[in-house]
Amino acid sequence: MVKRLSVVDVDLCVGCQSCMFACNRRFGEAGLGRSAIHIQSAGGIERGFVVRVCRACPDPPCSKVCPTGALIRREGGGVRLNYAKCIACGNCVRGCTLGAIFWDVELDKPTVCVYCGYCAGFCPYGVIRMEEVA
Amino acid sequence: MAGSENAGDLSRILYVDLARRTYWVEERPELFTEHFGGAGAGIRLLSEECPQGTDPLSPKNPIVLAVGLMNGVFPLASKTVAMFKSPLTGNLGESHAGGRSSIAIRMAGYGAVVIRGKSESPVYLTIDEDGAKFRDASALWGMNSASTVGRIIREVEPGAGVRTIMRIGKAGERLIPYAYVTTETYRHFGRLGLGAVFGSKNLKAVVVSGKKSLKFKDPKAYRALYEELFNTFCKSPLMCKYHELGTPMNVLPLNMTGSLPSRNLQSNRFSGAQELSGENMAEKYLGRRTACAHCPVSCIHIAALREPYESEPYFYKTKMISYDYEPIYALGAMLDLKSPEGYLKLMDTVEELGLDAMSTGVVLAWATEAMERGIVKESDAGGLALKWGDHDTYIKAAKRIVSMENEFFQALAKGVRYASSKYGGEDFALEFGGNEMPGYHTGPVAHLGYLTGARHSHLDGAGYSIDQRMYKEGLKYTPEYAAKELFEEESWRQVLSSLVVCYFARGVYTPEAVSRCLRVLGLERSAEDLKERGRAILRQKYAFKYREGFSLRDLRIPKRICETPTPLGSITEEMIRAGLEEFERLVMG
Repeated sequence: MVKRLSVVDVDLCVGCQSCMFACNRRFGEAGLGRSAIHIQSAGGIERGFVVRVCRACPDPPCSKVCPTGALIRREGGGVRLNYAKCIACGNCVRGCTLGAIFWDVELDKPTVCVYCGYCAGFCPYGVIRMEEVA
Repeated sequence: MAGSENAGDLSRILYVDLARRTYWVEERPELFTEHFGGAGAGIRLLSEECPQGTDPLSPKNPIVLAVGLMNGVFPLASKTVAMFKSPLTGNLGESHAGGRSSIAIRMAGYGAVVIRGKSESPVYLTIDEDGAKFRDASALWGMNSASTVGRIIREVEPGAGVRTIMRIGKAGERLIPYAYVTTETYRHFGRLGLGAVFGSKNLKAVVVSGKKSLKFKDPKAYRALYEELFNTFCKSPLMCKYHELGTPMNVLPLNMTGSLPSRNLQSNRFSGAQELSGENMAEKYLGRRTACAHCPVSCIHIAALREPYESEPYFYKTKMISYDYEPIYALGAMLDLKSPEGYLKLMDTVEELGLDAMSTGVVLAWATEAMERGIVKESDAGGLALKWGDHDTYIKAAKRIVSMENEFFQALAKGVRYASSKYGGEDFALEFGGNEMPGYHTGPVAHLGYLTGARHSHLDGAGYSIDQRMYKEGLKYTPEYAAKELFEEESWRQVLSSLVVCYFARGVYTPEAVSRCLRVLGLERSAEDLKERGRAILRQKYAFKYREGFSLRDLRIPKRICETPTPLGSITEEMIRAGLEEFERLVMG
């Protein structure tokens, strides 16, 4: 079954960013530069947090604006990035309505969720979880 | 540009000169491999940068903001260490804060930032991987609320989510020696007056942002150790303890044992403990819990206070005000405020003004007792009658401290030591080495620790926890035991605050665990090496203190601590003096 990361309840988020660090550790690295999930406050900590991550749209705008067909639609929703085809133009970053495509400076390529769910294992408050795409 | 580097290669120090508006980077790897960064690097940089006898409010006083090898790498390594010369004590200034500060500095690629000189006009700094920029802060200077300053900078600067916005309030601008620097609205470099040092440099704020990624020789070993530590934290009792009620969970237990100072420590119990307990505050007011970056514990508790506007019916505002044990002690128990609303309103005022909540509470408590005893008169306070439990008057008094509107408030604005030297009432002036007292009257070791701690903080040697252990195990105070325990604890904490790990994580980051973490970073250090390093850092802090005129023998011991009994019985001055002698022997050794 095709899965995606789902934000269960954003009000449970405490802003610890453990998910961001987890995403970066997929590459065996510490820090934040390669993370495909982003947590920021909703205009100040007192207002809570925003989770920016790919929601695996069934008809993804990022794929439509990719001039080289590097962002391949995944069956059931979402995209897969073909790094060989990507020319690092950044259209997808601007094209994502949710702002859920980031930039990996090390590779000089976009970074987008691969729906692996590793981050969800480090969210102690159940803000995010993997779910099957209906 | 955000690049990658090896996680163990921390070495870059960003130097900023405010007078010349220049910056440069120096590579100082030894500060991190030998001294682990944080407090260890900070005290070295301070000793280099701050000439002997420097006036803390002069351009020569540097600001050092240091992080360590574990920040951004392991969970709960979430603190930044600030080092400076304190305008409050005239000696070593060191304060720690969380929020996103340490992650931002580390991920911008720096181990430390050193800020020199004084800007000609108000300025704020934005720091990223490319260096520092100097922004005009004239429009932000003089604003009533430090949180407004945060709101504005948040809108005009990039980096949401991966930045820290450290700023001062009016208190810092007006050089109040116990002014804070706040970051992410609710975390503070609270103690010893870093805010006034910012103010003296015309420095309104420092914004740091960064998004680096750090590599390892053995990525698998790193991931495995990280997962093990993360799971240990999530299963440990500290997670539940600090997450559910936060630090105010201590209110009831401390009150029950008669360790909670109230009414300027005329009492060791607080009649409003139930109302201001962690339990009651959470049940009735808790609006949100938040975390520092890279810490799943999420101990920050924020109350939602709904207040009506008096001018218009059916019109309300909701303010989000953080509460913690220490501010509840200082602004609640010490002032005998039994109403949570009253306490929260005073807390909110103190936050907006930019004052350290702990020092402010102790100053106001001293002033109230001084008025009660007739040492100062209502007329001295411009007609303000300070009374226990009267939060409206305390709110006015806090504002007058910052506006320094007459001689009396000018004296209060300099702290309890100064105010009592001017008006009398030294016996009940609760200051230790010039710093106002923290909220633990658990026994003699707590007080000995306030005196011997390099920062005169309860967190230096955690004497309260030694008292509590003695109480539980039925041990008797001996100066040898107390001094040894304090010295060893404070020494070990130097390692934690060099790396820089939050003290809440100390149960998991044992010397053995830290040794394993460093191995993943490419450094071989045995548990014993680490402990010895900690002692060396503490001795270096002491060398700075003595260089600047400190002496354990000259310390004043407030009589009040001997008048009000503790759970371990009454304290005598002789007990404390004997402990000081023992500690001196260890720290000079």
